[in-house]
Amino acid sequence: MSTQTPLNLANPHLKRDDTLIPMLFILIPGVIWATFAATGSGFGSFNGIAMKAQAATMLFALIGAIIYIVGKMGTEPPTVDHSQYADKVIKFGVIATTFWGIAGMLVGVIIAAQLAWPEIFYFESAAWTNFGRLRPLHTSAVIFAFGGNALIATSFYVVQRTCRTRLAGGSWPWFVFWGYQLFIVLAATGYLMGVTGGKEYAEPEWYVDIWLTVVWVAYLLVFLCTLAKRKEPHIYVANWFYLAFIVTVAILHLVNNLALPVSATSAKSYGVYAGVQDAMTQWWYGHNAVGFFLTAGFLAIMYYFIPKRANRPIWSYKLSIVHFWAVIFIYIWAGPHHLHYTALPQWTQTLGMVFSIMLWMPSWGGMINGLMTLQGAWDKLRSDPVLRMLVVSVAFYGMATFEGPLLSIRYVNALSHYTDWGIGHVHSGALGWNGFVTFGALYCLVPWLWKKKDLYSTRLVEWHFWLATIGIVFYITAMWGAGISQGLNWRSYTELGFLEYSFIETVSPLHVFYAIRTLGGLLFLLGTLIMAWNIRMTIMGRGNAESTLADDAAKKPVLPETDTIPPTLAPAE
Amino acid sequence: MTNDDRPDVTDDGAPRYDEPTGQYTTGHSWDGIEELNTPMPRWWLGIFYASIVFAIGYAVLMPSIPLINSHFEGLLGHSDRGEVAADLVEMRSERAVFADRLSGTGIDDITADPELFRFSMAAGKSAFGDNCATCHGTGGQGFKGYPNLNDDVWIWGGTFEDIRHTLEVGIRAAHDDTRFNIMQGFGQDGFLTRDEINDLADYILAFSGLEVDAEVQQRGQTLFADNCASCHGEDAKGDRSQGAPDLTDADWLYGGERADIQTSIYSGRQGVMPNWNERLDPEIITALAVYVHALGGGEPSLPAIVPASMDDSAESEIVTDDTNVEAETP
Repeated sequence: MSTQTPLNLANPHLKRDDTLIPMLFILIPGVIWATFAATGSGFGSFNGIAMKAQAATMLFALIGAIIYIVGKMGTEPPTVDHSQYADKVIKFGVIATTFWGIAGMLVGVIIAAQLAWPEIFYFESAAWTNFGRLRPLHTSAVIFAFGGNALIATSFYVVQRTCRTRLAGGSWPWFVFWGYQLFIVLAATGYLMGVTGGKEYAEPEWYVDIWLTVVWVAYLLVFLCTLAKRKEPHIYVANWFYLAFIVTVAILHLVNNLALPVSATSAKSYGVYAGVQDAMTQWWYGHNAVGFFLTAGFLAIMYYFIPKRANRPIWSYKLSIVHFWAVIFIYIWAGPHHLHYTALPQWTQTLGMVFSIMLWMPSWGGMINGLMTLQGAWDKLRSDPVLRMLVVSVAFYGMATFEGPLLSIRYVNALSHYTDWGIGHVHSGALGWNGFVTFGALYCLVPWLWKKKDLYSTRLVEWHFWLATIGIVFYITAMWGAGISQGLNWRSYTELGFLEYSFIETVSPLHVFYAIRTLGGLLFLLGTLIMAWNIRMTIMGRGNAESTLADDAAKKPVLPETDTIPPTLAPAE
Repeated sequence: MTNDDRPDVTDDGAPRYDEPTGQYTTGHSWDGIEELNTPMPRWWLGIFYASIVFAIGYAVLMPSIPLINSHFEGLLGHSDRGEVAADLVEMRSERAVFADRLSGTGIDDITADPELFRFSMAAGKSAFGDNCATCHGTGGQGFKGYPNLNDDVWIWGGTFEDIRHTLEVGIRAAHDDTRFNIMQGFGQDGFLTRDEINDLADYILAFSGLEVDAEVQQRGQTLFADNCASCHGEDAKGDRSQGAPDLTDADWLYGGERADIQTSIYSGRQGVMPNWNERLDPEIITALAVYVHALGGGEPSLPAIVPASMDDSAESEIVTDDTNVEAETP
């Protein structure tokens, strides 16, 4: 490597990017393993063809990355401009979020239709279209692909702005981004081929889990190192939530996915837990995936984008501290409420329930802080549908975090458990809270990142807002109806003490509810498609999205100057 | 104060008074975002504390704290498992009255006692929904391969005793005395050629009205006599003692199209019904038999047969079947 190649002397902030070589230490072992697995040599592979396809995908991606790195090193030494924010990776994140959102929601609509019209949407000859394979594809695509990309992209944006420093780690943010996409592709294609670890929201098999662990550690380090080199005396509340999300998800992922593969190149593994311990670990994971992925992470989005968009201070600093620590301490114990009236010892169920009830106010702390931040800016809700989307997301958050503790009460749970009420609860959170807060953040980010005056069309945001809101209302009310009907029918006894209905008799009345749910999902998807169009036109600079680049001195340093020039760039002795 | 010209530059310093809220900021600012020093809402704190008090109170009353070899059982001494066990005991004792009277009772005794009959029908309907409806349909209407239980077409017999015996031992099931026969795959196993199977299928369809030319009729008759008559009878009317269906009626378990019948002859049919004696209590099986018998096609028991107990009834059953067949066969 020609370390002495002269750099652009006009820009003193330009420094050599020496972060690419270490990536090879991850990529090359990956290639070696994937070669063995793809060729199926030795080790006695199980799940033959699916494993080979998975390994080939991995091989293709990793070799591509190696070629890119070697090519980059060979031609011109890569540089990092420390006077600018690292925004390109966030632009990619915005597009990935939109793409995976549409994919995940489309699969959601398909499986909703499969439930409503099973005789039409059942294809005996195409196993990959079976509900059992598409359902985890839907949940993983919307939670981890759509939600995960939104979290990574916004966290990279927010941590830079609120720390007034460029992302740490040179090219590692790119490793995080592309590594995460590879994780998504491996998980999704695996599900379709029938490769699954069988744990809800943790279906990827062991080798995908290991890959995600590598990516996640890189993400944690990028985030921590950026915080460490901040130019602000304090760490902003959004970053506390992002950090809690990243750290806890890492722990949850590692503990719940402990498993032994059948062989070193087999797609099949067996979890280390069994019986009720397995169930408890799974729901400790499952509930905290909601708590730290879908709550803490998205509260971080809320804590940056609402005050920024409303141009108002955060309402209460004290509340943010107290509710942050209360959420962190209490959420982690609430998992057993998913296992009421099961083989789980009753004392564990009791603790799960009381912790869930104590969680009510800490969760609401975020809602109060989000809504009250609007004080002094309520009038903006009339004119700015993006801000309205963000605020409505907080309202749905408040609703879902009230319903959650309610459902955790064992006597309520006796009625609601295993019914569609649970599905309705999850979707009021997922569509209303996670969906809307992400849409709001994307609508903010696109003009900011691409340096446009405004979005292509505010009118289209209005359309998105109303279609999605009506869709959510259809969805939730249908699931309440279906869930309560199921719960009541299942526990209905004749006067002689026999069950009144056979199971199938409790299924047939659900058809209407399921049809309404499908319609609701379709409206929501339609809204997202409108958003994608709006984003595309904004990036292309159409409509109101006139470029502001001309006004800006394009490459004016936006970050404070660094005190010293790193030794690598100092003239050779 | 924030620098309005450069919102990205912070003057970490004096709190600023905020007009709309009447609060001061903390003095911090990140990317232009400030924080107000608003105290926590009292109602929020109040409910938070109340939920903690509730949590502690509930944990004191209910099983909650793990100990080394057991757990703190709570002041109320409540136990889910204990509650279920008590409920089951109570339910059994309530049903015992009926259960005792149902064991080893004939259909006439049950129908003669309105209370017992009502109980049997309720228990039977519930058990049917949970166990039988999956294959036979919620109304017992059946599907292709799963007999309709509403009509008067019975393969192994339609008296109360026949039905109860079928429920107990199953068909081609794991029970030692299960109802068993083999409808072999005549084509698959190489006994008959394709042409022979076609002839045979047409011959069989002729019983229910298909017009067949004389030559086929002739060949089919010979084939039928050689291969089928031993079970289905010379006249193809079936034999309940062997579970051989009547081939002359319009009712077909596996479909009455020519292709269905050809498939049945070519591959054979080995449908299975589980033996329920290990999964259901005897009185529930009796109740199920009452329920199925009452669905519409139940046949009257023959007066000679009075089963003494559930075990004995299995043997007396055969007698029933034989008598039944003899009575029907001209």
